Amino acid sequence: MSVFVLKRLGQAVVTLLLMTFMIFGLARLTGDPTPLVLPAEATEADRNFFREQYGLDRSLPEQYVIFLRNVTHGDFGISFRYRKPAMEIVATAMRPTLELSAMAMVISILIGLPLGILAAMYRGRWIDRLVDLYSNIGQAVPTFWLGLMLIIAFAITWPIFPSTGYGSPMNFVLPSVTLAFFTSSSITRLTRANMEDVLRSDFVHMERVLGLSQFRIVAKHALRNASLPIVTYLGLQFGLLLGGAIVTERVFAWPGIGQTIVDAILNRDYPIVQAAVLTTALFFILINTVVDILCAALDPRVQR
Amino acid sequence: MTALSRAASGRVASLLMRSRPWLRNKPVMALVFCSLLIIAAVFGDMIAPYGVTEPDFAASLSPPFWMQDGSNAHLLGTDQLGRDVFSRLIGGARISLITATAAIFVAGTLGALLGLIAGYFGSIPEAVIMRLADAFLALPFILMALALVAALGSGLGNIILVMIFANWARYARLVHSEVLSIKQRDFVTLARIAGVSRMRIAVRHVFPNAINSVAALAALDFGRAIILESSLSFLGLGIQPPDVSWGSMLADGKSEMQFAWWLTVWPGLTILAAVLSFNAVGEWLKGELDPRSML
Repeated sequence: MSVFVLKRLGQAVVTLLLMTFMIFGLARLTGDPTPLVLPAEATEADRNFFREQYGLDRSLPEQYVIFLRNVTHGDFGISFRYRKPAMEIVATAMRPTLELSAMAMVISILIGLPLGILAAMYRGRWIDRLVDLYSNIGQAVPTFWLGLMLIIAFAITWPIFPSTGYGSPMNFVLPSVTLAFFTSSSITRLTRANMEDVLRSDFVHMERVLGLSQFRIVAKHALRNASLPIVTYLGLQFGLLLGGAIVTERVFAWPGIGQTIVDAILNRDYPIVQAAVLTTALFFILINTVVDILCAALDPRVQR
Repeated sequence: MTALSRAASGRVASLLMRSRPWLRNKPVMALVFCSLLIIAAVFGDMIAPYGVTEPDFAASLSPPFWMQDGSNAHLLGTDQLGRDVFSRLIGGARISLITATAAIFVAGTLGALLGLIAGYFGSIPEAVIMRLADAFLALPFILMALALVAALGSGLGNIILVMIFANWARYARLVHSEVLSIKQRDFVTLARIAGVSRMRIAVRHVFPNAINSVAALAALDFGRAIILESSLSFLGLGIQPPDVSWGSMLADGKSEMQFAWWLTVWPGLTILAAVLSFNAVGEWLKGELDPRSML
């Protein structure tokens, strides 16, 4: 077990290092940011001072080491646009994104689990077909378009919910439902597949023979056995929700990390891009690693 | 494929059809829609009633033909500049299919080659390639794409490049695991005993056996690629004007949502139908190419 944990942690560190390398390389690929940051009338002396201040006059390996050292201290430099530390801006934006993802996760579970169970119980019948249709559409609808359609329906045609903004509980409804649609459809699929396997197993057959009620079999025994892969999957899905949030936030002007990244790219505010991408990647890798380790602890077969 | 294995896969397929009867049928509707999209992409200029960027200010924001102010001149309506929505959808089909095809083809070839090298030659190449693939797969697709766009910039060529970067690792991982199992099979051992060189075994005997699963994954990836491209274009980081993409049409239409629903409904429905169709065809092809995977 401890070997597995160490291996998995090592893998996470390698991934993160690769990510820093990539982000550093990409930032340098775009060339010298000096003309972007300083006004056109800046003198050559000003420019040189700026380059010195940001270490842009050093060699590339040196720059990478400086970058890595700063990053481990949470220092990504000053945002070109806001003249504030990039990390400060990213940290403020992280909260709305995590809230939105958590809300969407709850909704996905509330929809996905019951639908998946129902489909498995009535395999091949019309309810199964309907659920199958739902999950197929869920996998194919572009998230941002679903958001736009919900705005047209529930903010413009029937003005029930606000289309943009952040703060009140009402603001959460449309964005989190939008974000939850894809995830709920994949949870439905997975639940159906796992429940189907369990419902066909010998012990369920035995319980039927013993005369236990369908409800009791499903709710008390089958669900427990089907839950491990589902729980693992939920962990992975949470990471994917962070990714999906990027697009959803754009639709609803949600002040989260996705908006921050996209705005920063459009404004070429590289310190913010680097800080935001690395922070999100860190969250994602952390969640995946913890889920893998938990999963191995619950089911030793996972360790291979 | 030998006669024996063909018979075996036939039996598997018939078993499959008994358990999931709706798979027996070809997805006719999906095939038709995919063909229409391909025709639109290839012959778009001849079919489209107007040019993609051709403005008609007199008819700005005119609704679809069945509505009160609609006209038969613009069947699905026009946008702010009076550009014909139907013609732009056809133009968008070309961009979508070009990006998806190019990206998947290159990512698939590159990934498959790297996976073959990793799986067949093992040791250091394997460690390097597979750790790299793990790192690429450890991140959300869209995040990876955004980081790349930030550095490379947007536009058709760069978007294809971004999608290759974001996709190759899945193919590498698939081929790697396929090759590991094929390597153990008797015919490879026999070839080695017969004195065939390692290179020749890899290229002539191992790779052809892994190719079907690659093709199956590629078919299923098409829909994903369309969604990724339109997402990036919607964010303003993908296809740039004068090229038109379904995603950028949605971004343009967003500001007119209150007055002109058709600017957001049509492109979205087109994406949805395209992705559903390509997914259905992909599922079907996967069953045809790689029946074992459907069990």
